Amino acid sequence: MCLGVPGKVLTTYHEHDLLMGKVDFGGVVKQVCLAHTPEVQPGQYVVVHVGFSLQVIDEAEAQAVFQFLENMQELDELDRPDDVADAGGNGSVPSP
Amino acid sequence: MKYQDEYRDPAAARKLQQAIRQATTRPWTIMEVCGGQTHTIVKYGIDELLPPEIELVHGPGCPVCVTPLEVIDRALEIATRPDVIFCSFGDMLRVPGSQGDLFSVKAAGGDVRIVYSPLDCLKIAADHPDRTVVFFAVGFETTAPANAMAVWQAQRRGIVNFAVLVSHSLVPPAIAAIMASPQNRVRGFLAAGHVCAVMGYEAYEPLAQQFQVPIVVTGFEPLDLLEGILRCVRMLEAGRCGVDNQYARVVRRQGNTAAIDLVKQVFEVTDRKWRGIGTIAASGLRLSEAFRHYDAEVRFPVSRHDAREPDTCISGLILQGVKKPWQCPAFGTYCTPEHPLGATMVSSEGACAAYYHYGRHREVANMPAR
Repeated sequence: MCLGVPGKVLTTYHEHDLLMGKVDFGGVVKQVCLAHTPEVQPGQYVVVHVGFSLQVIDEAEAQAVFQFLENMQELDELDRPDDVADAGGNGSVPSP
Repeated sequence: MKYQDEYRDPAAARKLQQAIRQATTRPWTIMEVCGGQTHTIVKYGIDELLPPEIELVHGPGCPVCVTPLEVIDRALEIATRPDVIFCSFGDMLRVPGSQGDLFSVKAAGGDVRIVYSPLDCLKIAADHPDRTVVFFAVGFETTAPANAMAVWQAQRRGIVNFAVLVSHSLVPPAIAAIMASPQNRVRGFLAAGHVCAVMGYEAYEPLAQQFQVPIVVTGFEPLDLLEGILRCVRMLEAGRCGVDNQYARVVRRQGNTAAIDLVKQVFEVTDRKWRGIGTIAASGLRLSEAFRHYDAEVRFPVSRHDAREPDTCISGLILQGVKKPWQCPAFGTYCTPEHPLGATMVSSEGACAAYYHYGRHREVANMPAR
C-alpha cells in the first residue's frame, strides 16, 4: 500500500490554492499534489504516493549504489593477480 | 522508467549478492518491515539469492492486512447507507469483514467507489451535496499526509458532506512490540523507505539503541533490498547497532517537515488494534479535536462489532516473523487470495498472498525448515 512511483514533474500550477503538478510516469501523465514538496522545480523527479509527492529525488544520492559497485569491482581487480583465479571470491569488500 | 529500471539490473544484483556472501559468516534473521518490500523479495526471488545463513522474515507493514476486522465491519455498515457515497483505495474493497466485503456491498446496490487520491473525494462531495462522502482512511505514515490534506482542505473550503473512517497505524511502536516479544528471533530490520520519506528516521535511533539492533532504511527495488541487506549484515557481523539509510535518494533524516506539520495538525496519536497482533499502545492516529467532526464514526454512530478471527489462521505469527506462510495448514488449501482467512492473505502485499501469487505454495514440500 505504501507504493511510491518515481515521476518527472512537467509543469506546476495551483488548484484551490494547492500546489499541483503534471507528472510524467514513463509516458503516463497524471495530476499530482505537490504541496508537501513546495521546493520542486519542473524537470525534477518526485516519488508519488496516492496522488501526492512524498519527496524530491536526490540525483547525486541515486548514483551512490552504482558508484559503490564500481569501486567494489575496481578493488576486486586490484586484489586479483592477472594469472591466478580467485575462485573463492575472498577479495576485500569496501565500506559503502 | 528512470529510478526503476536501473535498480533492477541483474549484473548489479549479482555483485551485491556476492558482497553479501562475502560479508556473511554467521546466521542472521532480518525482518523487512514493509509489505511492498516483501512483495519485491518474493517476486524477484531475492531471498533465494542469499546465503543460507541469512533468513528474511516478513513484517507487519501492510496497512490493509493489519486493519482490524471490526473496522472493516464498520466500513461495511456505513457503506450500505443510502445517504453515503463510500470511497476507498482499491485494495480495501475485497478485504473480508465478518460478513462480506465492500465489493459485495457494491454488488447489492451500495454506492462504493475506488479513488486514486483522497482529494478525489472532495470533488465527489462537491458534485453530490445531498449525500455524505465517506473516505476509508487506512494507511501508515506514508499515507497520513494525503489523508490529512483531504480533511484540512475540506475544513478550509467549508465542505461539510465529507467524513473519514480512520484506521491509521504507526510503524515504530510495532517494531518495539516485535522486539519485546518473547518469541522474537529478529536481529536486524530493513525499515520501510516510504514511511521514512515522510517521517524521517530519528524515531528509529532510540529503538536501535534500546534493542541493540541495526535498522537500515531501505527502498523497494531489487537493488535497494540487496544493498539494504548488505548494510544490515555488515552491521550485524561487526556487532554494531544504529540506523543506516540505504534509501538516501528519497529519505532524509528529518523526513518531510511540511507533511509532518500537517499530520500533527489533523491527527493525534492513539492506541490502535492491529489485526492478527492485538492492541499496541500509541501505535495509531485519530482525528484531533479540531477536526473530530469529520470522523465518520462520530457522524454515523455504528454498532460495536465484536469480531473474531478464525482459529486456524496463524497470520499473527506470520506478521511477527515467527512463522512462514507454508507452515500454515490452511495456506493454499482453504485459505487463498479469493477466499482469505486472515490478515496476511487479504492484501496482495501480505506475506501469504505474495507467497501464493509467486508460486511459493508449490514449493511447500521442498522448502527447508530453518
